[in-house]
Order: sequence, then C-alpha cells, then structure tokens
Amino acid sequence: MATDGFFDSNLPQRSEIQRPLHFPHISRGSFFAADSRFTQQELPACKPILTPGWVITTFIFIGIIFIPIGLVSLFASERVVEIVDRYDRDCVPANYSKNLLAYIQSSETNKTCTRSIIVPKHMKNPVYVYYQLDNFYQNHRRYVKSRSDKQLRSKASETDTESCNPEGITPSNSHIVPCGLIAWSLFNDTYGFSVKNKVLDVSKKNIAWKSDQDHKFGSDVYPKNFQSGGLIGGAKLNASIPLSEQEDLIVWMRTAALPTFRKLYGKIDVDLEANEKITVEIQNNYNTYSFGGKKKLVLSTTSWIGGKNDFLGIAYLTLGGLCLFLAVSFILVYVIKPRKTSGTSKCLPDCSLLTEVVVAVLRLCNAQHRLCSCPSLL
Amino acid sequence: MPRAGRIREKLRWSNLYTFSCLRPNVLEDGPHSLQGPGFSRIVYCNQPRVHQKKPLNYPSNYISTTKYNIITFLPKAIFEQFRRVANMYFLMAAILSLTPVAPFSAVSMIAPLAFVVGLSMAKEALEDWRRFMQDMKVNSRKVSIHKGDGIFGYKPWQKIRVGDVVRVEKDQFFTADLLLLSSSYDDGICYVETMNLDGETNLKIKRSLEVTLPLVDDLAFKNFTAKIRCEDPNPNLYTFVGNLEYDHQVYAIDPSQILLRDSKLRNTSYVYGVVIFTGPDSKVMQNSTKSPSKRSTIERKMDYIIYFLFTLLVLISLISSIGFAVKTKFEMPDWWYLQPQNTTNLYDPTKPALSGIFHLVTALILYGYLIPISLYVSIEVVKVLQATFINQDLHMYDEETGNPAQARTSNLNEELGQVDTILSDKTGTLTCNQMDFFKCSIAGVSYGMGSSEVEIAAAKKMAFDISEHNSEMSSVPMHNIKARGLMENSRSNFGVSEIELETVITSKDEKDQKPMIKGFSFEDSRLMGGNWSKEPNADAILLFFRILALCHTAIPEPNEETGSFNYEAESPDEGAFLVAAREFGFEFYRRTQTSVFIRERYSSSGHPIEREFKVLNLLDFSSKRKRMSVIVQDEDGQILLLCKGADSIIFDRLSKDGRIYEESTSRHLNEYGETGLRTLALAYRKLKESEYSVWNSEFIKAKTTIGADRDAMLEQVSDMMEKDLILVGATAVEDKLQKGVPQCIDKLAQAGLKIWVLTGDKMETAINIGFACSLLRQCMKQICITTMNTDLLAQDAKKALLVFLITDQAVKENILMQLINGLQMIKLEKDPHAAFALVIDGKTLSYALEEDLKHQFLSLAVNCASVICCRVSPKQKALVTRLVKEGTGKTTLAIGDGANDVGMIQEADIGIGISGVEGMQAVMASDFSIAQFRFLERLLVVHGHWCYKRIAQMICYFFYKNIAFGLTLFYFEAYTGFSGQSVYDDWYMLLFNVILTSLPVISLGVFEQDVSSEVCLQFPALYQQGPRNVFFDWYRIFGWMANGLYSSLIVFFLNLNIFYDQAFRAGGQTADMAAVGATMFTCIIWAVNCQIALTMSHFTWIQHLFVWGSICTWYLFLLLYGLSSPIISGNSFQILVEALAPAPIYWSVTLLVAVACNLPYLAHLSFQRSFNPMDHHVIQEIKYYKKDTEDQHMWTRERSKARQKTKIGFTARVDAKIRQLKGKLQKKYSSLSVQTIIPPS
Repeated sequence: MATDGFFDSNLPQRSEIQRPLHFPHISRGSFFAADSRFTQQELPACKPILTPGWVITTFIFIGIIFIPIGLVSLFASERVVEIVDRYDRDCVPANYSKNLLAYIQSSETNKTCTRSIIVPKHMKNPVYVYYQLDNFYQNHRRYVKSRSDKQLRSKASETDTESCNPEGITPSNSHIVPCGLIAWSLFNDTYGFSVKNKVLDVSKKNIAWKSDQDHKFGSDVYPKNFQSGGLIGGAKLNASIPLSEQEDLIVWMRTAALPTFRKLYGKIDVDLEANEKITVEIQNNYNTYSFGGKKKLVLSTTSWIGGKNDFLGIAYLTLGGLCLFLAVSFILVYVIKPRKTSGTSKCLPDCSLLTEVVVAVLRLCNAQHRLCSCPSLL
Repeated sequence: MPRAGRIREKLRWSNLYTFSCLRPNVLEDGPHSLQGPGFSRIVYCNQPRVHQKKPLNYPSNYISTTKYNIITFLPKAIFEQFRRVANMYFLMAAILSLTPVAPFSAVSMIAPLAFVVGLSMAKEALEDWRRFMQDMKVNSRKVSIHKGDGIFGYKPWQKIRVGDVVRVEKDQFFTADLLLLSSSYDDGICYVETMNLDGETNLKIKRSLEVTLPLVDDLAFKNFTAKIRCEDPNPNLYTFVGNLEYDHQVYAIDPSQILLRDSKLRNTSYVYGVVIFTGPDSKVMQNSTKSPSKRSTIERKMDYIIYFLFTLLVLISLISSIGFAVKTKFEMPDWWYLQPQNTTNLYDPTKPALSGIFHLVTALILYGYLIPISLYVSIEVVKVLQATFINQDLHMYDEETGNPAQARTSNLNEELGQVDTILSDKTGTLTCNQMDFFKCSIAGVSYGMGSSEVEIAAAKKMAFDISEHNSEMSSVPMHNIKARGLMENSRSNFGVSEIELETVITSKDEKDQKPMIKGFSFEDSRLMGGNWSKEPNADAILLFFRILALCHTAIPEPNEETGSFNYEAESPDEGAFLVAAREFGFEFYRRTQTSVFIRERYSSSGHPIEREFKVLNLLDFSSKRKRMSVIVQDEDGQILLLCKGADSIIFDRLSKDGRIYEESTSRHLNEYGETGLRTLALAYRKLKESEYSVWNSEFIKAKTTIGADRDAMLEQVSDMMEKDLILVGATAVEDKLQKGVPQCIDKLAQAGLKIWVLTGDKMETAINIGFACSLLRQCMKQICITTMNTDLLAQDAKKALLVFLITDQAVKENILMQLINGLQMIKLEKDPHAAFALVIDGKTLSYALEEDLKHQFLSLAVNCASVICCRVSPKQKALVTRLVKEGTGKTTLAIGDGANDVGMIQEADIGIGISGVEGMQAVMASDFSIAQFRFLERLLVVHGHWCYKRIAQMICYFFYKNIAFGLTLFYFEAYTGFSGQSVYDDWYMLLFNVILTSLPVISLGVFEQDVSSEVCLQFPALYQQGPRNVFFDWYRIFGWMANGLYSSLIVFFLNLNIFYDQAFRAGGQTADMAAVGATMFTCIIWAVNCQIALTMSHFTWIQHLFVWGSICTWYLFLLLYGLSSPIISGNSFQILVEALAPAPIYWSVTLLVAVACNLPYLAHLSFQRSFNPMDHHVIQEIKYYKKDTEDQHMWTRERSKARQKTKIGFTARVDAKIRQLKGKLQKKYSSLSVQTIIPPS
C-alpha cells in the first residue's frame, strides 16, 4: 500500500514539527514552555477503557469483596445483644393514664418506677446503658443553635450568652451557665440496676468524648443560675462540679442527628448472664408526654461495628449480589447478543481468565450466533 | 527631512484611462449646495489649532475598542456580573445571610460569592487589557505630518487632528479619512487598495482636484490654507459630498478625492492629504458596529437548566416552608424544649403563616446548593485555559508570519465543536490573492505541465482508493479462474492509472525544489528559454507574448536586487501576465505617457532588442465590459488592437477567419476552468491607418462630450473597435490557494460541515475558485440564479418610476421562478450521488434576501452541496449569515480576513479572522483568529470537538454533583421538622463547591480528551457529535440529573439507616449530628469524585492529582479543622481523629456508598460501550487494543469509512470518478459472474 500515508500527509508528525524559537509566548520553565508536552496537550496519559474484560472483572471483584464484608458485618451484628425496654407508658400510674401531662408536670407524684428485664443471652462486659428518646427534635434549628461554645469553654466568656436565647439570662438579668435550650432541657431520668438484689454499678465515667471533656467544656466553668428561672426544663446540675466533669451534660450537648436517638447513660462493667433478671429502678422525670415521645432504656453490648446493626451487612450483601448479577447478565448478553457494530468484534475480548472460560463455554452452546464480521463503524 | 527632495514623476497616468477614472476636467455641476442638517462639518485645512476649540473640536484620531476604562471598570464589570441570574440570586442570599433568617453563617455565603465574582472580573479585566494593547499598537503607528513652516515630521496616529496635512507614503495605510491634495504623479492620481474595506482586489484610482495640484512638495504647505465644508460623519463608504474653499473659490469634492482610513496607498510614492474625519468619525469606524456579545449554544441551554433548577429549588422550598408552617402550628406548641412560648417571629406557632414565609427565604438559601455557585466561574476558568491551549497550539502556528492562533474571546470555545455551516470569504482567506501564470493555450496547443494543488491531492486520494478497492476485491474468495483473470485485468487497468497518477505526483515534487518566481509557476520546455521559436506556430506565439507584454495598465519598477523589474499592476492577474512575459523573454521595462518599451531577449538576431510601441488608445477594463484593449503602433507603423478578456466576450467578437483555433481553445479553456484556473482569451486585430483615424476621431469626440451620455457613447465607440478579432490563445492563471486549503475543505466536508463561499469578486472568479477548492466539480449540477439583463429596461425605467416598479416586480418574479425551478430539480433527482451547487450574484441576492423570497432561497441553498455567492457587499454577507443562522437554527461560522467581512464575522455565531494580513479589522472583530485557512480544520475538528465535549460533560457533571449534594440537605430537613437545620458544618458546604469538587471538574474541562488529536483528524466524522449535540441533549442532561437524584437518595438513606440510633463504634458512643454529617459528606466527596473519574477517559498525572487529591484534601481539611480551636470547629472538634477514623463503620459506609452511587453509571457505561457503542468508544477500543498498529489494513478501512457522506471536497470528486469506473467494471463483471460465482458452502 504505497499511498497509505495519504491521510497522514497533512498531519504534521511530532518529529516534523519545527519548534520555532521565537514563539510569542512567555516560556516559564520547561513545563509551560511553548513546545512542552503540556501546552501541546500531549502529556502522557493512561486511557483506561471499559473493555468487556474490565467490566466483568470489576463487577466480580466488587461482588467478591462486598459479600464477605456483608457477612462479617452481619455476623458482628448478630453477636451484639441488645435489650430495649420502653417504659414511658408503663411507668405512669394507672390513674394518670388519661392525663399523662399532669402526672409528669406535677412535683407531687411519685416518679419512681421499677422494671424488670430478662437478659436473653450472655452479655459480655462492658454493657452499655442508653436512654432512647423518640420524636424529640434535638436537631431543630432553634434548638441546635441555642448554645454558646465560648461560654462552655472558659470562665472568661461566661457572659457570652447571646446565641442562647431564650435561655441566655434569667429574668433577673444574670447569665445562665450553661446557657441555651439544649442544656436547659437536659435529660433527667435516672436508672438504678440490681441483679438478685445486688446493686449493679453503673459507671458514668468516660461516656463522653475525651476531647469534649478536655477542650470544649472548661474545668473552671461551674454551673451558675442554672434552672433557677421561671421555667424548669430538665435536670439540675451540681454547681460545685465543673462542666468538664458533667459527663451527662456533655453527652446531651452533642445534639443528635435524628428525632429518634440514643444517648449513652453509663456502662456496666460486669458480664450479664443469660436469663438473669435485672431490676431497674427508674426515676421517670423527663417530660416526653407532651409531644408524644417514647422513652426507652437500652442495654447493649458492642462489636467492632458498634451496636446491633443488620442494615450494614444486608446492604453490603445486596450490593455484592447485584454486582455478581450484573457480571453474569453482562456475560450472558455479551455471548448471546454480541454487539452489532464493532471494529473488534471478530477478536476475542480481552477477558480475565475466569470470564474467558465462561465465555468459551457459553459460546460452545451458541456457536452459530457469532459470525466474525467487522461491519462498518458508522 | 525624509525624502523631501524627491523628484516628482512627470507622468500623467490619467490619460491612460478611458473609463474608470476620469470625468472631464470641467465641473459640470459647480459646487455642491450644502445646506441643512447633516452638512455641518467645517474643516480648516492646515490649521489644526482651530480645531482645539468648540464647536470645531472633533474627536482625535484615537480609537478604542475596549469595553471599560479605569473609572468605569468597577461599576460596569460588577453590573455585568450581577446580570447573571445565578449571581444575582447568590448576592441576595449573601445579603440575607446577614439576617437571622439564614441557615448558614454569613461568611460561608459571602466568601464564595466574592471569590467567584472576583475571578470573573479579573478575567474581564485581562481580556480588556489585551484589547487595549491592540488598540495602542494601531494608535501609535507613525505618520508624517506637517508641523508648520513646510516641515514634516512623524507623529503617532492618535495625535492626528482634523485639519492636519499628512503625507502618506507607498504601502502605508491612510491614517484617517483624507482629502487627496496631490500625489507623486503630475496629475494628482494615486492608486488605492481597498481590500480592507470592501474586499475587492483591484486597485482604485483616486484623483485630486486640479486646483490643489501645485502643492507638490513639503514646502508648498507652508502657507497653505483652505476650508472644507462637508457632510457629517456617516458610514456610507461610497458617497461623499463637500466643498473646498480655496483661493476664494469653491470647488466640489466628490468620493474620488477621498482616501479612506484603512485603505492603502499603492503604486504611488506618496500623497499629500488633509484630514477630514478622524478616529471614530472615519467612515470605516462608523461602519464598525459594536461587536455583539456572543454566547454559545451550550451556555444558552445551560440557562434553561438553571431555570429548571430554580423551579425545583422554589418547589422544594415551598414544600419545606409549608411543612414548616404545619409543624410549627400543630406540633411545635407541644415541643416544650423549644420554649414555644418565647419565640421570635421565625418560629412563632401562633403565626405559622408568617414563620412559613420567613422559612421560605431560609429554605431558598439553604437549597441554593442545587445551583452551583462555582459553575460560571469554573466554566470561565476552564474556557480561559482552553483558550490558552488554542493559543499555544504549535500546529496552528504560522511559521511565515509568526502568528499563532488566538482565541480572542474565550466564550465560544465549545461552539467551535458544534458548527454546521461555514461561510467563507474568498480573497485572502481561501486564496492568497497571488496569481501565478500557469498554463496557456496558443494557437490551439496547450502548454504548461504543472498540476494544481487540487489535482495533486485528488490524484493521491484516487491512487489510495484504488489500491483499497483492489484489496477489497481480492479479499472476495475467488473460485473461478475466469473471474480472477478479470480481476487481474482490471487491476492492471488501475495499475496504469496509478502510474500516471504517480508521475503527476512526482513531477510536482520535483518542481517544488526549483526556486519559485512569484507570479509564475509555468513549466514547459517548449516555450521556455527561447524554444518557442522552434514551435510550428511561432508567429502566433510571438503575438501572444506581445499581447501579454503590451495589453495592460501596469507600471514597471526596477528591482535592485535581481536586476529585473517588478510590476505595479492594477490586478494581480495583470502582474502575473507581465512576469510571464518577462520570463518568456519579453520584458516590459518602461512606460511613458505615449509608449511602452519592451526588451525582447530571444530575437532572431540573438541579441536582446529593445522595442518601442506607441500606445494610441487604451480601452481599460471594467467589470461590465469584461475586457480591455490597447491600440498600439509598432516601429514599423503597423497599428494593432490587442485585446484580452473573458472568453465568452472575446469569442463573440471574433471575425470569421479569426476562429481557426476557437474549438481547441475553448476545449482547453474548459479543462483549465475545471481545475480552478482563471482564464482569459487573447485576441488581436490589425488596423489600417485610415480605419484607425476614422475611429479615433469619433472616439475623441465621445471623450470630450460633456453630460450623462458620455459613458454610453464611449462604450459604443469602443464596441465598434473591438470586433472582428482574431483569436490567438488563452491564458490560465492560478489564483493561488492558501496552503492546504483543498485538503482542509475536504476534511471539513468529511466532518459533515457545509461550506458557503461569499465573495466580493466576480462570478467567473468565484466559480473558478469553487473548482479549485473542489466545492464544485464537473458533474455537479450548477444552479445559477441571476437577474435577467435589466440594463435596457432600467434605462427606460429612469424616465418613469412606475415602469421601474414594474420591472422590479418582474425581476423578483423571475428570481422566484428560478428558485422554485431549482428546488423542483432537486426534488425530482433520483440519483443519490447527484450533487447540486448554487451560484448566485449579489444583485440577485439583494432580491433573494427580501422577506418574501428568503425562505425559498434558504431552502434551495440548504439542499445544495455547495453555495457560492459572488459580488456580495459586506452587508449582504452579514445578511446571508443571519439568514442561515436564523433560518436553519444551526451554528454558523464566518471566516474572513478583511474589513468587508466584519459584518459577517460579527453576525455569525463564531467569527474567525485571518491574521497576518496587515489590516486588522477582521481580526479585531473576530472571536478567534488564525493565520491560515487550513488551521480551521484543527481548530474545529480537534479543539472544537474537545472543547464541546469537555464543557458539555463538565456542565452535566456540575449539575449532577450539586443535585447529589443539595438534595441531601432537603431530605435531612424533613427529619428536623423542616426547621432549616443542615446536617453539615457550614465550612464543609463552603468548601464543597469552591475547593473540594472544583479542581477535578476543572481538570475534566481542561484536559479531557476522548481521543487524541491525531485520531480526531483521522476521523473527522467524530466531529458530528457536536452539531448533533449528542453530549448535551435533554436526554443526557436529565440522565445526569436523575443520577444526581439517585446518588443523593443513596447517600442520605444509607447513612441514615446505618447511623440510625445504635452505637457506631466499639466504645458504645452513638453518632451525633456532627459525626453523621461528616460521614455523609465523606460519602458525597467519594461518590462525586469517583463519578468524575468514571466520566474521564484520559488521565494524566494532573487528573490523578486533582481527583484523588480532592479526596485527600477533604480528609486533610477534616483533620486540620478538627485540630483548630473548638470555638471555630464546634462539634466537629477532633472529629476525624477521635470519633470517625477509629470506627470501622465509618470506612465501610464510605466504601458502600461510593460504590452504590456509581454502580448504575458504571453499569450503564459498560453496557452501552459493549452493546451500543458510540463512535468514539469504538475508536478508543481500537486504539486500546493497538489494533491500529497491528492491523493497518483494518485501521485504514475504518478510517475511510468514518467519513460523513459528502458531496464536496476532492474526496467526493474522486469518489464520483471511482463510481464511474466501478460502474463500467460492474457491467463487465456481472455479465461474467452470472455463471462463475458459486455460493460458498
């Protein structure tokens, strides 16, 4: 083909291009120089394309990775023992069942409530104790904003309560520490555990983030004027303990993302045996009745994925399965109905060994279908 | 004092001309009466100081094309910025963010806006600075000006004032609009090239008033004063009305004394002139319209997407504010922890409607992430970088002129990839306005061996196709010896033609090595070096050469370097003839007013002989006459009429015995014409003394007639003389095409582009060029639309307006008929290969462009493979462009080099100027400038294609990522009682558009290449993806949006379910809002960056750096943000180190979500690629498997198949030829194959 180069004849080949010395652009080092590969858009590049081989390999690879992860996650989730006990209704005496609000708002009523929980399975220590609130909009914008990080951090900023409205100052114009709606509505139910009349210690240490204790809540900041105004929200704080030690408050101040949330109450550092009966003495103080929120007590162990969480494993399994399905259907479509227009269809696709075998097998069953034609491109 | 003492040439060239220049010296009409508005201008010549005070203080000669100046920049540029809807929206949002309504902190709204607007304004400033520098270049050109006391000195153009006397020297541009006072010639004549104004290549003759002729040298201006009263500045190039008051007398000035700015002095050493109009007042500037700001199709479509997103934004804001109002009214009173009893209006349960309205504003700001704030600025950054690449492309750098390609505005890069129709100027664009004497036919014998560029290109192509054809045939299994024999037979036939073609090619190659003489590329040893005298028709040849050497109006100029002469000719054709005559040995070396002197090198005596021919009369060329003649008397007293002219005109005027060579000559003329050569026929007539004197007396009578009939009479008398001619031969001049033009046109045609030629030149020339560029070919059906000869009618019509109207109507109907016939013809055509060409002239076009005809005209034109419009005015060029643009709705590109193309360049969607020629008007008005037409191929097919895909993908991706991100905010809001709380930290959101996702998308927009530039050029058909808008159709846009919607759902709900309420790490801690937000944001960063990695097909280290770097930047940011003081970082304090990184679930969610988000796109991509691939997919695949190097044959075949079906270009020409050959072969073959071919088992 002597004249084959015709098309190339008016294409300057790289080697032929004369690099003019006086090209009228500033040369800034060799990279931006007029004739560098960069300015000529000829930088070396990898141009990966999704060949059938790559597609199949990718899908199978994802499937192969995801399914084990899913299984491991599910397994971890299975190992977690979780006890959830809803007590908000049961802890209201029967005579108040029609008037829950009156019960909770009255200071006269007896808020103590005793519940017993059967441990379904052996629970290895530490067993985490949570309270769970439903339908509580801790993520409401008004609520989230109503705090003052400066004030929490240092004594010097005690008066920095502007952002805390309407819980910044008391009616007598003294600054509240800690200010804001979040602190004001601090959860105040308490739980006491006992097994076989022996009290189970609930450790309240290290339930908050270390960094919060060390840096966000000052060790010289003491509660002041807290819950002393007209309206009493939730728990009161011991004014002689600095905020950095008030771990309940620190946990509470980390607003939850969703209206249903759990917060760590404490840890039980002993194992709980299966079928053990735990007696819980609850001080049912917190008002969730006005907005119809539930209150639950949760005891849970953890694994590496945290608490009980089947969803992660299921999601992984689903996705892995889907990828395998895609891989298989791709192979099937590829073999049964090879693509019509390709310059390369007569050639074996660049497949991984595995798929090549599959393709070969399937092709045997379907040999008549593939004629090696290379029809036109356009 | 430069050249003050130069000897004035004592020549009166005005006597030479019969038609073009001269009215009799007597003024018939007397001075114009200049009264009323529009004629208020008064110019005191040589007294520029008078013009420093009002009311005579006219603008200076400073021109400015900039948009801003230092003072107006800030307000104007800011105004421009906020004219964009999106920017206005963000400005409002930023202002509102200062109020408590805002969901974010004020800085997170204002910072990105300031960044974005600042960057855009910086770009504006830079572009305007460039314009300013270009203006400065023009403004600081120097011209010689009278400084007083007869002393002239140089001053920059911008310092010129009205009333100044300037001296312009040869080949300089006129500084301003001047009144010609005197020239280096005795009779005040000068030659002017107006190519920049109207695109005409012929020189124009201007002549000063008699009264100013004595102002011959610098000193004469010492005490010169005069007063000009004339019209006010106006854009009309061809009229001028004014009076000169000089020496207490009033003289009328008409356009022939006016030298316009940006035209050029030619063939004249110098002229003196007085400045009448300066700078913005000059006619050429008055003509220039403000260049319209153009926006690309993609950008206009993007507006619709933004409107759509706005609607979506308002809709979800409404939903959320209604939701908020409902929640606030019915539920919030129960939420004691919010203290509903002491709220502000924002959350007041007792006034839910008011709160709802406030919340609407909050929501509008919150969901603003649906509209990417950084979109405009990213696009602008990308376009500037793309433009830099265009500017830096060495393949578009012209070695000769040193001009690189230049993107003058970067707004239209992607529009380059969507062009449908190219409207091209001819002279200076397709051709270099250089004529080469190429072939001739003398006495019925054709001389000249060269082949034009088109022929060579076509020959190469043909040789290639035939070998291809052969190999295809040989791949058919042959079962029969007979059939094979036939094949071989045919192959040997082809072989012969191939050899012929080879010789054509090699001969050209050899020729290239010889030193070229400008204007002469003739080669034939039969005529060269005096060999002509041995030819059988030596007499005719001698005569032929004498006609070449004598029949012209040129002036010789000695060239010191070579010792021979250069010729200052009115048209380049004439120059080529004289050069040819010189090369053949008939050197024209001197002209006086009455004689032409020729040195004949190869005379019978062997010594050069100098001969003098007396020029008795010269009947010069006019476009109406299409011929010129001289009547000369040689030394023997023989009077000859020598004539050259258009073949049709000459053939009509031949005498009976002058037609000996007519048949063969006309055959040669056809051949020449088809290869695109410009032809003229040469003839002569011998005159008897008596015959001549009779005629001459009549001629003189006609010449001295005064009045309107003078021209008609002169013509009539000339007609009487130019008859009974004897044909000698014909010349063929190659209107030299610019380098690579035929190939470029061929490639562009293969890329599916339509090419229209709009030229100011005459029809014959235009058609020749059509052939030369392969826009026309022999078997094409030409539809010529012309007006019938209305001259006669029109003359009568002068008498009565009524009649005129009727004829006007008749002309129009006639044109309509022609148009309809043409359309009918095309409709009835059965042959799919038939091609039509439309040729139309300017006069007809003026009717065809009228409201009632233009649609017929357009529908005819779009059905034709090529369209050539000739003799069109600059305005018509613009009108045609507008018609195409608006009529077809497709993207148009106009390319031209002169000021006459400015209108079209500004009107078209993309205007391209050819730089390198001296006048810069076209370039100044253009959007892109290139040095050569052939660079258009690379500009469109490579850069256009890339830029289109880059921008389209980039915008789609932008919307995808912002939808994916913005909607998660909406979902989350539903979980917060529609309170407007965002799950992400303000800083994350601020960084999302500006830093974390902007660089990868910019790298997509700047560096993405679906295929390399070589492949783009090899598969021009790939370009069609642009005009068909494959990458930015609604299907694709909504596909991307749906992808964004899907991603947002996946990101949000997977995260939500995984972080629902249980502990998220082994330490038992539950996830708070900061942890969920950071995790969700991590997922988004991964998802969108993986997505862009999937979208890209070209990874240099830059892309890798940006894509993966962005992800790293996010982690880095999170780390540093966590390390900063908790006052700044709030709940995100140490979030990565302490909370997230140690939790395996954080990483596994990231993996899960990133994969889940990209899975559908991956599946779509792989299934599409494998089962329904697009063109570039296939090419990528071939390249990937290195099939192009392994299987050359397949590669070339794919390449030749990847052409758009085209009817123009030499490829089409060759195809037509091959079809012919094949057809012949097929007949033979089928008759044989009936018995021979056995079906394969």
